[in-house]
Amino acid sequence: MIRKSLLSALGLLFASSAFAEWELNMPRGVTELSAETYELHMIVLWVCVWIGIFVFGAMIWSLIFHRKAAGHKPAQFSHSTVAEIVWTIIPVVILLAMAIPAAKTMIELEDTRNPDLTIVATAYQWKWHYKYQDEGLEFYSSLARPSLEARRLDSEKSPWEVENYLLEVDRPVVVPVGAKVRLLLTSNDVVHAWWVPELAIKKDAVPGIVNETWFRAEQVGTYRGQCAELCGKDHGYMPIVVEVVEPDAFQAWVDSRNESDVSVATAN
Amino acid sequence: MTTAVADAHEAHDDHGPAKGIKRWLFTTNHKDIGTMYLIFSLTMLFVGGAMAMVIRSELAQPGLQFVHPEFFNQMTTMHALIMVFGAVMPAFVGLANWMIPLMIGAPDMALPRMNNWSFWILPVAFGMLGSTLLMPGGAPAGGWTMYPPLVLQTGDAFPFLVFSVHLMGLSSIMGAINVIVTIMNMRTPSMSLIKMPIFVWTWLITAYLLIAVMPVLAGAVTMLLTDQFFGTSFFLAAGGGDPVMFQHIFWFFGHPEVYIMILPAFGVVSEIIPTFSRKPLFGHDSMVYAAASIAFLSFIVWAHHMFTVGMPLTGQMFFMFATMLIAVPTGVKVFNWVATMWKGAMTFETPMLFSLGFVFLFTIGGFSGLMLAIAPADVQYHDTYFVVAHFHYVLVPGSVFAIMAGAYYWLPKWTGHMYNETAGKIHFWTSTIFVNLTFFPMHFLGLAGMPRRIPDYSTQFADFNFMASIGAFGFGLSQLIFVYVLLTSKKGEKATAEVWDKPYGLEWTVPSPAPYHTFDEAPEMPVRSVH
Repeated sequence: MIRKSLLSALGLLFASSAFAEWELNMPRGVTELSAETYELHMIVLWVCVWIGIFVFGAMIWSLIFHRKAAGHKPAQFSHSTVAEIVWTIIPVVILLAMAIPAAKTMIELEDTRNPDLTIVATAYQWKWHYKYQDEGLEFYSSLARPSLEARRLDSEKSPWEVENYLLEVDRPVVVPVGAKVRLLLTSNDVVHAWWVPELAIKKDAVPGIVNETWFRAEQVGTYRGQCAELCGKDHGYMPIVVEVVEPDAFQAWVDSRNESDVSVATAN
Repeated sequence: MTTAVADAHEAHDDHGPAKGIKRWLFTTNHKDIGTMYLIFSLTMLFVGGAMAMVIRSELAQPGLQFVHPEFFNQMTTMHALIMVFGAVMPAFVGLANWMIPLMIGAPDMALPRMNNWSFWILPVAFGMLGSTLLMPGGAPAGGWTMYPPLVLQTGDAFPFLVFSVHLMGLSSIMGAINVIVTIMNMRTPSMSLIKMPIFVWTWLITAYLLIAVMPVLAGAVTMLLTDQFFGTSFFLAAGGGDPVMFQHIFWFFGHPEVYIMILPAFGVVSEIIPTFSRKPLFGHDSMVYAAASIAFLSFIVWAHHMFTVGMPLTGQMFFMFATMLIAVPTGVKVFNWVATMWKGAMTFETPMLFSLGFVFLFTIGGFSGLMLAIAPADVQYHDTYFVVAHFHYVLVPGSVFAIMAGAYYWLPKWTGHMYNETAGKIHFWTSTIFVNLTFFPMHFLGLAGMPRRIPDYSTQFADFNFMASIGAFGFGLSQLIFVYVLLTSKKGEKATAEVWDKPYGLEWTVPSPAPYHTFDEAPEMPVRSVH
């Protein structure tokens, strides 16, 4: 386990860093679909692990026992129709078994009907613009100031001093918990992509095209993501933050935004 | 075939290579051209590798330490273009040039002058591409995928990018035509198609893929060119065009392209594993059918690179199922390699070590490929470091290891001397350790939510990135051992014609080093010797 020992050696080097925050796996997320996506991911991961154990096991067995140094005399067989049929059919069966739940999740993922709330997100180089269609409110959302200061090449501020470095915005998207939120995505310039891992949706924002996707967050909290399609020099600097709040708090937020002057929305 | 060689010395038109630089500029000899391709490819490996070092230096820690984001994007774009078109593809063409005529008993490639031309286009293409680093606006920075509208924001480099891609395509197409014509017309008469060595077979299939898709890429970049300079709107929404159409066209080229880079690798390891297992290749014919199935499927899976682009549900379904199907023929190949080793009498010289590394690590890349095929999960994986881990596993310990394996395997045939086996083994083990240290943590980074193609990242990704950077530097330095092996390759003991322990194939019937001209007369198929 060279990797493990190296890992811990490097860990010592970085004793001050956020060692405990190490994530190894896809987040389970906070929507029904994100959980389903996570399950699919785990199923196919375990399928791969088991096939790996079987194939690599056979290979390692062979490497140990079928060596010339171990005095093994080479057999001269070069085909076996039975074996070849077996190892063609078994993978087909496994694939079919995986295709069914995958197709089911995909159908749900594409079902954007009957939303409770519709948000139009327009991508710009390099920020997002959000418009709540029925609430009549809109605003730009860009990288928060502390990250902006620390991201420069000659910056004296260390990224380690910034909370949620590169994953914080000035104005987050706020949505009510339990509501089906439909997201309409487009772009003003180049192709971008809207991605929040905990919500398990990623969709491209393409100029001239309106894409749809949806999520229903089931837990109150703050969820962070980033632009996921290369969009120019500041591609790494246009994060997405979604705050999922109780319906009352959401209504209060909408009211306060509408009361505060419109200039906030258009100041950018 | 000692007789063939003896005849060659007496033949009235026999002459050695020209003297000095003319030998290399004007050569029509498949061995010289093969050597030039291989040296060019190695040079590009180091150039593209140096760019990877810039990338990994910047990513070693959060925050920007060395380069601006603009330059970082230039590095990722150029690294990919150089490695794909400059390192991996020419390496396989080099191996094809050297080995296909020797393996099928042909005196040379069928179209030797075109062969010279298709090589010499490459330094021009890459000189042009490299020169963009010095131009106003810098080198292309929109990714090797060249998605519009972003790629149209490239500065003065843009037309040079397009023309260099045209040249690379031209070179590849001519190389592919040459391979097909050679294989179809110049096989020794006793070698039927199905009896051809697997390396020849995989290259034949690859050559058809190249001819089918390189013009598609050329068309796509030409449309970019006219969009930029001649007022067309193929991909511009404002003029009624569709940016997504470019992605479809690009990946219609791009997916077969990834098999162009892996099928010859399958061929190389399928030659090596039987030799060092002292057993015939298991399922020779099914290997051929599997390679052909993979090639066919490669044309109908392109949109799995685009699951987040906003496709109709039925489209996504089709591309998901078709992609999953690829696992079947690929699995057959892996099982066949394992079955070849099974009950063999294996020894572990450097070519075998690299081939075994290939089978293990390519399979890991295949597994992550299967995971990526599952469309809803791909929504999470897409454009993250998980994808970066996946394609580097199939390309580095996949294609590059196979190229290394082939280079070690045939090096004594090329130089006439055994290479330094100890150095070779050190090269293998350091490469293997560091390649895993580089790319394995990237799976975790991607799953934890790190997008690809970013110059800076949030602090929770710091540790794995630091590991990957250490690994990358180690891997880069390990390749210097290979240079050492090459520089000392003529110092070892004299190689016999067979080089290894009773390998099977026509290339082992000519002396080592292979004479400048071989197979003036068509040879008979050799008889397989029993161990």
